Amino acid sequence: MTLLAIFGVISSAIFSGTSLLYTTLGEVIDERSGIVNLGLEGVLLVSASSGFAVTSLTGSPYLGILVSMLAGGLMNLILGYLVITRKANQLASGLALMFCGFGLSALIGKSFVAVKIHSLPRLLLPGLQGLPRLYTSLFKFDPLIYLVIPMAVFVWWLLYRTRWGLGLRAVGENADIAYASGRNPHLIRYQALFVGGMLAGLGAAHLAIAYAMNWTEYMTAGRGFIAVALVIFSKWHPLRAIVGALIFSAAVAFQLLLQSSGVQISPFLLDTIPYLLTLIVLIAWGGNRKHSAPASLGRVYQGSE
Amino acid sequence: MLKISEALPRFPIIQNKTVFLFIRYLYMILLAFLLFGIILLISGKDPLQSYKDIFTSTLGSAYGFSEVLVAMIPMLITALAVALPARVGLINVGGEGQLYIGAAFASFGALTFSNLPAWLLLPIMIFLGMLGGALWAFIPGYLKAIGLVNETITTLLLNSVAPKIIGFLIFRYWHSALDTVKTPNFVAAARLPTFFGTRIHLGLFIGLILLAIFWLFMKYTRWGLEMRAIGNNAQAARRNGIPLKKYLITVMCMGGAIAGLAGMSQVSGFYGVLLLNFSMSLGFMGFMISWLTGGEPLGIVLMSFVIAVIITGGNLLQLTRGVPYSVINLLLAFTLFVVLARPSFVKGSKS
Repeated sequence: MTLLAIFGVISSAIFSGTSLLYTTLGEVIDERSGIVNLGLEGVLLVSASSGFAVTSLTGSPYLGILVSMLAGGLMNLILGYLVITRKANQLASGLALMFCGFGLSALIGKSFVAVKIHSLPRLLLPGLQGLPRLYTSLFKFDPLIYLVIPMAVFVWWLLYRTRWGLGLRAVGENADIAYASGRNPHLIRYQALFVGGMLAGLGAAHLAIAYAMNWTEYMTAGRGFIAVALVIFSKWHPLRAIVGALIFSAAVAFQLLLQSSGVQISPFLLDTIPYLLTLIVLIAWGGNRKHSAPASLGRVYQGSE
Repeated sequence: MLKISEALPRFPIIQNKTVFLFIRYLYMILLAFLLFGIILLISGKDPLQSYKDIFTSTLGSAYGFSEVLVAMIPMLITALAVALPARVGLINVGGEGQLYIGAAFASFGALTFSNLPAWLLLPIMIFLGMLGGALWAFIPGYLKAIGLVNETITTLLLNSVAPKIIGFLIFRYWHSALDTVKTPNFVAAARLPTFFGTRIHLGLFIGLILLAIFWLFMKYTRWGLEMRAIGNNAQAARRNGIPLKKYLITVMCMGGAIAGLAGMSQVSGFYGVLLLNFSMSLGFMGFMISWLTGGEPLGIVLMSFVIAVIITGGNLLQLTRGVPYSVINLLLAFTLFVVLARPSFVKGSKS
């Protein structure tokens, strides 16, 4: 095991954790407003495919990222229409959205399989200029990676330090009381879903445009569900989501390390770590969970007569 | 919401509730097909020809029809795996994981006892499949019953774990000599019998019989009554002396056992081999079918049939129209969207 290999592993963990953190932040916003988005997997796929397609057509990764975010927001609005306006069941609607994403992304991405794109520029982590070239190539990150932690702080600020965030959390706790105090639960939930979808779109953009730099069907490989798990793990808090994403990245890194050092642990079993860890954390909290989850998460707001 | 008689005063036949519901559903399905048609049109395919393909390939021939019934089997069973726990208010999103573990247990039986005769081996596989699903469902059921963690979250997490365990087992122990993503083919004795020279296997009858038993059980037995009582108001039921914890754990495990049976029926009746990632969201499909139909047995059969037609037809669309197979998921999603968007017409779809 060389130092180079260890650095390589850390570098790839940072790459794979970034898209996950953006997605998790998006789902934190959705769920804080009281809506579980189980269709995240589908949202990611549509964002990734449309962003990749636009990047490939226009040659501009920035335009691609923008379209990814927009696509994510729009996909979430479909969910919003079903669960907010039509008052449909959230879990079933989310799963329907997932199937929609499977189909739509396959259609969008059909003619972009194995296409090459110009990706985002990669900038060396400041302070590492002295390292040999072999090493520096591992620490060249794209702007989206540098932006992900500030984004988590921004989401925290948005939720906990602005009037909008206060209203959003109020709706997530009790829509009736929020309505009584003069807020519009429907509008706030639509806004939350759109913003959350844009963040998920950013995660998908990082995955397809900056990291993988290609499009394949089902390329998200369960990231949507991992993000849903990480939201619970981080107790619906954007800053703890950083820890969640770090642990997940560490699990990925650990798995790569073991493989490269020849230890025989099945990658399949290592893949279960994030889920089992979340489960253990949930059990460890026990009854405390009630204090962390938004109280009206998953409930339909029937309107106010 | 308008009363039916106010909305359609001139058509007395439509005031009949059954006829009205039928027309309503027909309208919804047509709407979904219209939306998908627009998508096809945009992507340069002829929607009318595509629909003709879908229907002639599924309902136009005896073989096509039999394939629809084959596709229906796992949906019937996984939907029941959700509908049963739903009666005591449990939300089992974990059919997908329970199905995988059930399939793994059943495959273990098929590979280990391969020299037993079919009349002995198949019951063993069914038992093992149900045991596997039940064990996997016991975790969320127990955690819920002692008030620790919500079953929605745990079943969802365990869904993602189950297929990875299967992957581990296949890669490490069970893979065939030629292929690392599947086990060797099961021996003939480990296959559920098929009928009429088609791929329809015993799973179809098992599914239909289970749904009938479910209906009778809920309607005519004391347990059914007590389960409905728990579903209506768990705390009131507990104060009336119904053993709540016992019911929650048992019913969750029964749901898991049924999902496990669906897994067994897929590997034994359909594939004849345990494959990596073979389910492709069957468990989630069952969840939606159950939720959209309010868990009513007849509704489950009808909804499964509609979805089976769409999915089976999609297979052909890929061959004849050059549409990627997963695009058929869009038609499926549109159908689900329109049904979801009309909650007042579908019992139980409100949360």
